[in-house]
Amino acid sequence: MSRSVLYDEPGPRTLRRERIASIVVAVLLALLVVYVVIGMINRGLFDDRWLVFTDPPKGQEATDVWWALGKGLRATMTAAVVSAPAALLLALVLTGMRAAGPRWIAKPVVVLIEFMRGMPVLLMMFFGLLALGLSAFSAVVFGLVLYNGAVVAEILRAGLAALPKGQAEAGTAIGLTRWQTLRIIQFPQAARLMLPSLISQFVVLLKDSSLGFIVGYPELLRTMQLNYSFFGDRYRFPLFVVVLLIYLIVNISLSRVAVYVERRTSAGP
Amino acid sequence: MESVLESMPEYLAGFRMTLYLTVMSGVLSLLLGTFLAACRVSPLKSLRTVATVIVEVGRNTPLTLVFVFFVFILPALGIIFPLGTIPAVIALTVYTSAFVCEAVRSGINSVGIGQAEAARAIGLGSVNTLWLIVLPQALRSVVPPLISVLIALAKNTSVASGFAVIELTATGRGLARDYPADVIWMLLGVAAFYLLITVPAGAMAGWVERKVVFSR
Repeated sequence: MSRSVLYDEPGPRTLRRERIASIVVAVLLALLVVYVVIGMINRGLFDDRWLVFTDPPKGQEATDVWWALGKGLRATMTAAVVSAPAALLLALVLTGMRAAGPRWIAKPVVVLIEFMRGMPVLLMMFFGLLALGLSAFSAVVFGLVLYNGAVVAEILRAGLAALPKGQAEAGTAIGLTRWQTLRIIQFPQAARLMLPSLISQFVVLLKDSSLGFIVGYPELLRTMQLNYSFFGDRYRFPLFVVVLLIYLIVNISLSRVAVYVERRTSAGP
Repeated sequence: MESVLESMPEYLAGFRMTLYLTVMSGVLSLLLGTFLAACRVSPLKSLRTVATVIVEVGRNTPLTLVFVFFVFILPALGIIFPLGTIPAVIALTVYTSAFVCEAVRSGINSVGIGQAEAARAIGLGSVNTLWLIVLPQALRSVVPPLISVLIALAKNTSVASGFAVIELTATGRGLARDYPADVIWMLLGVAAFYLLITVPAGAMAGWVERKVVFSR
């Protein structure tokens, strides 16, 4: 294995020293974990409060809890899955106008993209909610589409810039218009080139859909809160842990897909 | 439109809070993130593993969930912060550190291994190799992505508005309630203040990036 630029290939003595130091650090970290876990046990975090997932109080069934969380996850996913294609479409239109439009269109589009990228997503959601009077769901989608549309437009632009110049020239040579060249020749290649970035951006979009919590859209976090206000405060921690795990599983799998795609595309002939 | 000008004091107070959150958590996450990056490139396997896990969890958790943890979950376990800016700074720092770490780490990795080998070949010791050869080059490729991370942080401070911090977005929300006829103008006013942070910072990132390309 090639090591980093920071240090030389270690000899046997250094390797031994590193191994010992590594074990010492591991033991120290393990002690820290034990300390935290003991603190958690003392606060009663491992008592029967976890039964909320198998045998919840207040006459509820375990399926009720899981069903509610599933509904929250579905709401989160719905917002993300509705927004992502719309954002991609918006990005294609913006990039098209930027790359193929006359200057009096291209310039304002650049300003618009910069404006939307410089905004917090949450502010856009509030804009939809308060200024346009949208429902909470529409406001979440509105914010996600506008913001990610602008970000994806930048990704696509980088993809277009990375294509060999001959691609666009070939399109012009066979008599395609600027717009046809973009649509038929450049966009498909740019999208494939930027697929890993697009997938990572989808993870960002999915994470941002949790802002629905603040604008009153009943997504996963809101569901979690509703559950612990119903069952009582001692159930906050277990519900939080499960929601965190759900997010981690979904997002890390998506990120893995992005890495896999990246490796496949870059390993090509 | 006039009501926007009338509300200037509120805007400025909100802007100050947004700046405060950005600068405080920016500095703290630069420190914590660089420390995490140092752990991730260290020769000690256990340190590397722990830092990797922390960064992966940080990067894949929504910021809102981090806020929820520090504002709603920890207090329920008896660890109580004063409500307001302190949990907000902690949440933003924890979240941003993961991204700082990734930027720094990829900057270090972007320095070709041949650079270090060449340095050793001409007889530089490890400290000189690091100080004269690796760090100056790593710094160059680290700065533009770091600026993007900090721009994202400035925008992310808006999440604090949902957790009892009156910064720009919360100010805009309040003003929109107070002046129902001018909601659009009020929110555009907020937008202008965000652009005041993000556009110059973005321009600076672009400038640095051009400089770097030129010097290679």
